Amino acid sequence: MKFLRRFLDRIHPLFDEGGKLEKLYPLYEGVDSFLYTPGEVTGRASHVRDGMDLKRMMTTVVVALVPCIAMALWNTGYQANLAMQQPGIDVQAAEGCRGSVIGMLGSGYDPSSILSCVIHGAVFFIPVFLVCNIVGLGIEITFACIRGHDVNEGFLVTGMLLPLTLPPTIPLWQVAVATAFGVIIGKEVFGGTGKNFLNPALTARAFLYFAYPAEIVGETVWTAVDGFSGATPLGALAAANVETGMTAITGGGLGQLSVSWNQAFLGTMQGSMGETSTLACLIGAAILIFTGVGSWRIMAGVLIGAMGLSGIMCGIATGADAGTFTNAMFLMPPQWHLVTGGLAFGLVFMATDPVSAAMTQTGKWFYGGLIGVMTILIRVVNPAFPEGVMLAILFGNVFAPTIDYCVLALNIRRRKARNARAA
Amino acid sequence: MAKSKAHDAFFSPIFKDNPIAVQVLGICSALAVTVKFEPTVVMCLAVIAVVALSNASIALIRTQIPSSIRIIVQMTVIASLVIIVDQFIQAFAFSVSQQLSVFVGLIITNCIVMGRAEGFAMQNNVKLSFLDGLGNGIGYSLILLIVVTVRELFGSGKLFGMQVMEIASIDAAGVATGWYPRNGLMLLPPSAFFIIGLTIWALRIWKPEEA
Repeated sequence: MKFLRRFLDRIHPLFDEGGKLEKLYPLYEGVDSFLYTPGEVTGRASHVRDGMDLKRMMTTVVVALVPCIAMALWNTGYQANLAMQQPGIDVQAAEGCRGSVIGMLGSGYDPSSILSCVIHGAVFFIPVFLVCNIVGLGIEITFACIRGHDVNEGFLVTGMLLPLTLPPTIPLWQVAVATAFGVIIGKEVFGGTGKNFLNPALTARAFLYFAYPAEIVGETVWTAVDGFSGATPLGALAAANVETGMTAITGGGLGQLSVSWNQAFLGTMQGSMGETSTLACLIGAAILIFTGVGSWRIMAGVLIGAMGLSGIMCGIATGADAGTFTNAMFLMPPQWHLVTGGLAFGLVFMATDPVSAAMTQTGKWFYGGLIGVMTILIRVVNPAFPEGVMLAILFGNVFAPTIDYCVLALNIRRRKARNARAA
Repeated sequence: MAKSKAHDAFFSPIFKDNPIAVQVLGICSALAVTVKFEPTVVMCLAVIAVVALSNASIALIRTQIPSSIRIIVQMTVIASLVIIVDQFIQAFAFSVSQQLSVFVGLIITNCIVMGRAEGFAMQNNVKLSFLDGLGNGIGYSLILLIVVTVRELFGSGKLFGMQVMEIASIDAAGVATGWYPRNGLMLLPPSAFFIIGLTIWALRIWKPEEA
């Protein structure tokens, strides 16, 4: 690979001050440090406790996301292959060039073959992923060039998270528009990576959710097979009546899903590409907590908030007469809330985003609890939205600075009182 | 001074000291009425009329108003003008007045009207105050027209009330018509926040000294 280094060194003067392409220096620097370790070293004594920098932090999150990505690839294909076997669905191959790719590889549409499922999933996941990253990095580089700073790794995780939160059938132009919105409005207008008070990936998803709801909610978007409609467990329960209750998810009868808790935990069900598997999210959580990248306090806070409130709601609902309430969502037990929808994915990867979360240790508990409670409130009480994690986390993001302020103010007051006593 | 006071009073609120983009006043109605072109234009005309006339009337009686009750007097003048404007719209453009519903009445609470009455008309003569009111009304309208153009174009595929992009939909017979998928966010009031924000961003790049 010597030639690459020599090539980069040869074109370096072009990007230096006074060079022809001076304005594009961040692009050159970005490519260089992506390929090679940066050459600069500190001149004086440095005090490094740990080599943990932005790059390592982001890379750790990406590593933690690997199980989710693997699951996204497999489950998207598995659900599609399964749907093609259904009676009444007359689809022989995936549409357009996606079908040609599968045909060329000869992997077929067999739900029992892992390879076939992964390839079928990949033809949906990879285009979304590529569009998201090309648009996102393009904007990052543009802003870096205008502002004259280096391209940082800030988009790396956003570019991984956003495709995982989208349904496989999402039109690619919508991915492009949403990514642009998320990165510009969610991050760059506030000054770029580290200064955003909202999670850019969720900002992008919220944009799609309100701008183009037809492509991101409903029964037909989750499986990439024409004519097949399958609801997510949350959607099915929200549409069910109180008498049916949880059998709307587990029953398997006409118009009912047949998803067991184990299935929901493993993730073999309808949903956004990366969010279905709670197991994959748990592995990710273990990696994040072990490396110290993700805050266990936030995760625990969300968990306590969500499990607590849904436990109370479920307890009241199962004790009450069926005639006294009409909302079947009340009947969902806490352990089901955890494995359905995006709660697990959101609590592990989105709520713990260190930039938009609360900074103080005590604040993290309150921040997490707020997100958990809001998630359940939106899911259960608001009939318009069967899913609530996305909006709950954005809500938590907005309140994080206030929570931190209160924690600091209380701490200052306590210490003042202590000093006054001592004196 | 190269330019006259009257020139300044009229032109400075349009770009240099725009009530929405620079002072960030009166954005409530900018969110509420900017989905469609026609109601927005009527709203703009109503605000221009109210702020210009209230400025002029208050400037006329500014020396007579006791300072301790001046806000109440200003409120009374503004409220009377708003009622006249509201009645006028109801008489001559009934369907638009239905769409605008309470927002014409809410011009009374528009911060721009009160702000100019208290901040300008109380200290200046009738002619200058009238021009200042006119300028502020036009400055407000300018931003509203930018917002409505963007929202209507991307939300309903229309430009100045005329269909320029056919909305994609599936009719009763199951035939797909049109090609432009409407952006639902643009129909919701919060989208105006984004557009006003982006407009302010663009204005500050154009005229950095205002920031």
